[in-house]
Amino acid sequence: MTAKTLYDKLWDAHVVRTEEDGTALLYIDRHLVHEVTSPQAFEGLRLAGRKPWRSHSVVAVPDHNVPTRDRDQGIADPVSRTQVETLQQNVRHFGLTFFPMGDIRQGIVHVIGPEQGATLPGMTVVCGDSHTSTHGAFGALAMGIGTSEVEHVLATQCLLQKKMKSMLISVDGQVGPGVTAKDIVLAIIGEIGTAGGTGHAIEFGGDAIRALSMEGRMTVCNMAIEAGARAGMVAVDDTTIDYVKGRPFAPKGAYWHQAVAAWRELHSDPDARFDRVVHIDAAGIEPQVTWGTSPEMVLPVSGKVPNPDAVTDEVKANGMRRALEYMGLTAGMPVSDITVDKIFIGSCTNARLEDIRAAAEVVKGRRVAGNVKLALVVPGSGLVKQQAEAEGLDRIFLDAGFEWREPGCSMCLAMNADRLEPGERCASTSNRNFESRQGLGGRTHLVSPAMAAAAAVTGRFVDVRELN
Amino acid sequence: MEKFETLNALVCPLDRSNVDTDAIIPKQYLKSVKRTGFGPNLFDDWRYLDPGEPGMDHGQRRVNPDFVLNQPRYAGAQILLARKNFGCGSSREHAVWALSNHGFRVVIAPSFADIFFNNSFKNGLLPLILDEAIVDQLFHEAEATPGYRLTVDLQAQTVVTPSGASFPFQVDPFRRHCLLNGLDDIGLTLQHGEDIRAYETRRRTEAPWLF
Ligand code: SF4
Repeated sequence: MTAKTLYDKLWDAHVVRTEEDGTALLYIDRHLVHEVTSPQAFEGLRLAGRKPWRSHSVVAVPDHNVPTRDRDQGIADPVSRTQVETLQQNVRHFGLTFFPMGDIRQGIVHVIGPEQGATLPGMTVVCGDSHTSTHGAFGALAMGIGTSEVEHVLATQCLLQKKMKSMLISVDGQVGPGVTAKDIVLAIIGEIGTAGGTGHAIEFGGDAIRALSMEGRMTVCNMAIEAGARAGMVAVDDTTIDYVKGRPFAPKGAYWHQAVAAWRELHSDPDARFDRVVHIDAAGIEPQVTWGTSPEMVLPVSGKVPNPDAVTDEVKANGMRRALEYMGLTAGMPVSDITVDKIFIGSCTNARLEDIRAAAEVVKGRRVAGNVKLALVVPGSGLVKQQAEAEGLDRIFLDAGFEWREPGCSMCLAMNADRLEPGERCASTSNRNFESRQGLGGRTHLVSPAMAAAAAVTGRFVDVRELN
Repeated sequence: MEKFETLNALVCPLDRSNVDTDAIIPKQYLKSVKRTGFGPNLFDDWRYLDPGEPGMDHGQRRVNPDFVLNQPRYAGAQILLARKNFGCGSSREHAVWALSNHGFRVVIAPSFADIFFNNSFKNGLLPLILDEAIVDQLFHEAEATPGYRLTVDLQAQTVVTPSGASFPFQVDPFRRHCLLNGLDDIGLTLQHGEDIRAYETRRRTEAPWLF
């Protein structure tokens, strides 16, 4: 038998049929749904007189639009409210599993899937959201899809797709203390570029990835899409299985043992061939900070803002000039001279318990700097929030001058009331620093939770390893 | 879905790489529960000088005269010429709806982000990949020649310039077939309902915990 990659194994296990040109019908095990990309899909289903093929496979939750405070007053913005209510009506109409606002299990779709055990190793997972790649951390094939595909999966339980190319990113050796999963993935994107993984399914491997917790692996896979790859994944090991065990949707009893035996096979065979292999030296990775308007515009915290005049590719140089102007930065400026106005600790990249603990550790006993107008912590789910509170982390943040909010996407994309004002600069643990992503004219610097916390207490970007 | 066969249309050059879907259609417009009405908000942050919100009369807003879409010479363009990694970022299909609603039928670029690429085909918008050098040439010609039009022939898989130069392009046979015939792929897939059920039956014995 030929050696297979993890991606080959996941793919082969889900192909229903293949057309002559290689287009396959791929069976989908788990379909996660949120309010923004689903209304038109449900409407399409209804108009065509169709029903969900397997309603049991769907888990729905509102996250993008929900307010992060004063929830007892409902959603003030009528357009947002309509969208959340539309989801509610659709799940009721079609009889789908749903965690409404106010349910302790509500949260960001990519946080709650794994938390509930709704995401399992070996599954195909889709959601109308590009960061679905997060779930690949479980040795699953997880992909973001568009609304037409949401409708297609609802109606047929399948996705039409051609097999992607395979890519292994091996992060060799170990990162130093104070360097996190977020720094690893930002460094990877800095290396291969935002289109580096286009057309590929990326497997993240190497000792530095193996050493990560599930939370860390999710952070890395989350940003596979920022490297251009629709899917990112990590092989199953004890860390994976320990995480899944006992979660509400996870298999129990005899099924559990049968499942674990199958999951143990979810890794690339030793001589499997990848279309592309990239090696990254973990020891060389420093805490990272993005300086521009694309995640590939990233620097180690000790770095200086680059000079477009030194770049020969004209299209690239022009992109850099536009980014510098938008970001209000000058070439040659040290990253550590950049001061910030707002702090956002949250999003499906970094709003799990481990992230909040890491930020709290830095904040503990310190105060938010005077020049910081707003510092927000938005836990990824109601359960993350509850656990953090049980550990007293909310007090650490509140005492330091942070705000402690209800779970949702919040200022990651600013569809609710949390946003940047024009020109404001933010240290953010989210995943996209695009123009106006966090509010019209807002300037986003992507960092790890610890680095965001360090920026909060010093008012600028500092190497968190040098605090104290 | 609207059929796509051939198109001869005006070209609008958008000279930026990594154009993301947040830029194509900003988040505030994603609150709509419809598939239509996104045209006026295509590239909203670049196109207007004042901030926009859903429900506004966008005809009353201050337009940015420097933005290419607002220049009279490109009015009515149905072909968008773009740089590499077009459509990166969020999976929002609203980006494709906004381009279509505005009137675009084709986007030509050296490369596209995967999800955007997929979404386009589902809505009769043809994302067409040409070599970077050719795209560069088209940019020069389009900017230098008012009224510059291209002919895109999906049947023949060619892009033809006004001077008669013809560039072949690749497209998946299955996608081409669906686009040429305006086929709804859900209907097509449901024709294989038996295969899906057979798969489920087999899978249920292999991995019963999934059901
Ligand atoms: S947290 Fe941000 S990236 Fe994640 S699902 Fe929400 S909006 Fe998308």
